[in-house]
Amino acid sequence: MSIVTVRLFASYADLVGSSTIDVPIRQGDTVSDLLDNIRSLPAASTLPAIARVAVNRTFASDTTRLHLEDEIALIPPVAGG
Amino acid sequence: MSRSSLVSRPIDAASLIAEVSGDDRGAVSLFVGTVRDTNDGRPVDGIDYASYVEMAEGELARIVDEARERFGVAALVVEHRIGKLGLGEASVGIAAAHAHRGPALDSVRYVIDEIKKRVPIWKLEHYTDGTRNWVDPTSSASEARG
Repeated sequence: MSIVTVRLFASYADLVGSSTIDVPIRQGDTVSDLLDNIRSLPAASTLPAIARVAVNRTFASDTTRLHLEDEIALIPPVAGG
Repeated sequence: MSRSSLVSRPIDAASLIAEVSGDDRGAVSLFVGTVRDTNDGRPVDGIDYASYVEMAEGELARIVDEARERFGVAALVVEHRIGKLGLGEASVGIAAAHAHRGPALDSVRYVIDEIKKRVPIWKLEHYTDGTRNWVDPTSSASEARG
């Protein structure tokens, strides 16, 4: 098990009280696994159960496989324009 | 030509028009989004725009590329402002030019619609009563209408 630092923005950063959260993952875990692991963290208990995930600055699907060097972010509902 | 930028200075619509204009282009279309004084019935006195800048820049560029390919516009520029904006200030400016009006109009509509779906930018609304709130378009009927 390794730790990845996941970036948080806007409402999610406010809910957690930090712009990042450390999440345990295994090499080859999917985005779905990552979200399960986040849900198990006490620090993330205020986050919504479902969130969009970006990997290396692109939206990822639940089945996207993660690598320890990936840049991972949770993306709150966007509101540009 | 095309360009997309996140900016922290005021957006100048006239300069966007000038940037896309050309003698071979009979149509220039412009969209400017501005800060409105109410949202969901609450009086607003300003908005902080926040962004995941590195991803937003890439996503904006992809949208512009898609619009150019889809509509064949000769020129397309987009600027989205980040930071604190007051009422009436422009948050986004999109200008497109084509020989004819159809693609110029359609490409601008495409770009603003896609920005609202997938560019990681967020609004922290400040209300006149001193409270503030992150706008969540997925839980707000009025915001979903755009």
